[in-house]
Amino acid sequence: MKLLNQSIKYLSVSILAIVTVWAVIFYFNMLNEIKSSIDEGLENYKRIIIQNAEKDSTILTKKYFDESFFTIQKIDKQQALSVKDKYLDTILYMQDADDEAPEPEPVRMLITAFELNNEYYELKVANSMVEEDDLMKELLYDIIWLYISLIISIIFINNLVLKKLWKPFYDLLNQLKKYRLGKSPTLPTVKTKTKEFNDLQTAVNTLLLHTIEAYEQQKQFIGNASHELQTPLAIVTNKLELLIEEGNLQNKQAENIGEIMSIIERLVRLNKSLLLLSKIENKQFLDNQSVLFNEVVQKNISDFEEIAHFKNVNLSFIETAKLSVQMDSSLANVIISNLLKNAIFHNVSNGSVSVEISDNLIKVSNTSNSQKLDGNLIFNRFYKTNSNAKGTGLGLAIVKAIADLYSFKVSYSFDNTLHSFQIEFSPE
Amino acid sequence: MKILVIEDEPQLLSNIKESLEKEKFLVETASDYHSALDKILIYEYDCILLDIMLPNGSGLNILAELKKEDKSENVIIISAKDSLDDKLKGLELGADDYLTKPFHLAELNARVKAVLRRQRLEGKNTIELGNILLDLTERSFLVNNQSIPLNRKEFDILNYFLLNKNRLVTKSALAEHVWGDNSDNADNYDFVYYQIKNLRKKLQSSKAEIEIESIYGIGYKLVAL
Repeated sequence: MKLLNQSIKYLSVSILAIVTVWAVIFYFNMLNEIKSSIDEGLENYKRIIIQNAEKDSTILTKKYFDESFFTIQKIDKQQALSVKDKYLDTILYMQDADDEAPEPEPVRMLITAFELNNEYYELKVANSMVEEDDLMKELLYDIIWLYISLIISIIFINNLVLKKLWKPFYDLLNQLKKYRLGKSPTLPTVKTKTKEFNDLQTAVNTLLLHTIEAYEQQKQFIGNASHELQTPLAIVTNKLELLIEEGNLQNKQAENIGEIMSIIERLVRLNKSLLLLSKIENKQFLDNQSVLFNEVVQKNISDFEEIAHFKNVNLSFIETAKLSVQMDSSLANVIISNLLKNAIFHNVSNGSVSVEISDNLIKVSNTSNSQKLDGNLIFNRFYKTNSNAKGTGLGLAIVKAIADLYSFKVSYSFDNTLHSFQIEFSPE
Repeated sequence: MKILVIEDEPQLLSNIKESLEKEKFLVETASDYHSALDKILIYEYDCILLDIMLPNGSGLNILAELKKEDKSENVIIISAKDSLDDKLKGLELGADDYLTKPFHLAELNARVKAVLRRQRLEGKNTIELGNILLDLTERSFLVNNQSIPLNRKEFDILNYFLLNKNRLVTKSALAEHVWGDNSDNADNYDFVYYQIKNLRKKLQSSKAEIEIESIYGIGYKLVAL
């Protein structure tokens, strides 16, 4: 849920509570105010009735509530003296203009007593009151309206003000989403006067700088470690070569030395591949020029021709266009030779390898015994389908690293018995 | 033939020295920048093997120094850095070749001899041994003046063996030399074996006075009969 909506959620719940409590208090205050104002009216009414009764004695016999809301009843002195003005809420049956039959209506009634010509009378004056349920209904509607308009205004204000206030935050967030370690040249920055956002930006950038540093160090480390291994590897290789040349070896010893040499060969290859990978990632190949892939493929095919023939694999090359790409020519060569090498070595006798070049892609397909490979894993470093594979497990990782360096798209597909690796070049 | 090896790693230095002495070269050594500079300025060498990363200075400065003194020694750079920049800079400063560590002794041998031969080249670029002749310009192989057809790889292999006459050439050195960087698959060894088998047949049937011997199944050696 977005922050904006979260705040609206909490605001609407709390405003609902506040408005409800306020409505209850308001209702009772209102009711009290109405009653005291009616009571004043009744008091006034009483005085007028008594004045009128002095002039017109017929009033004194009015025993029922009808069109004028009062009754007068004669009482004895004793009773009259004990009467105090009393206001009460009660019900009278009355017929309003819109009623068909008399209906109980809430009224406010004043019960009092007065003396006229030594006679004592009890006077009841009534005034119709607002119906409480009507009042409540009205109030409820008003409150609902108030609530809705409050919420609408809050949403409106939130959208307008908060969006504006939070803009730097969302800007920073978007920049962070797009940020790629080792690729993005600049740190995410936003201009804002809000302290919190400035703090956030500083904290994020400090963290990023640490990460970049660690990343660079890790890259450097692989490169340096591989470098440092070159000389010791040279020493052992040459020492063993000299040892064999000495002669005087028993066959068993020679066999062991041969095995050690092939292990060292593997180390050397692994180290060279790691070094290459690290150089690609450190962008040490930037001798970009226009490379004609048709020529690169042609050259590699002629290099591999004999071994393909030896392995009984047929090489074919289909060109439907001239494909020229801006890149380092030695890396172009690495891509093609790695793909071709894989295609030839993971093949079957009487199998085939075909290279296709069209407008913006190169596709290398080969026959093989193996099942579909996992397209997500094969480009990973040291991924091998079987543990006794003789390769370094870095060939495709190198292809991927080069492709990433230049933003080419590499993909793998499997169709029937044909494994295909495809490199798509972004159209220039 | 006098060769100076400039290398700061003593073990590697002694390996190289030992290997070159087997080829009857006179080998002198230097293991830091200053002693190397002293030697090149005083003496004349036929070939200098130069490590770029030296204590107290860069091998590239030694190259520059040689150029300044107008000395036309053959220089082969030996470096742990397979960097195109260094390679180009080195070759620009007058180096003749560039070899990346780790290398096979057979490869070093072949490079040194190739450099030395280029210097003495007098119009013809051929290797002769007994009744055979390998013409590098024409890429032809003659036994008793009879042309024997070789395929590209067989020619390269024979050339490599002739540069390493009487020396061990391991299968991997051979694969790497003939295949370059593509040699990172052990399947290549079968292919190397297959090529050598064919080459041997051709040598035998043409009665060439050379033979390729197997050594413990690790490598081969070309010997004159």
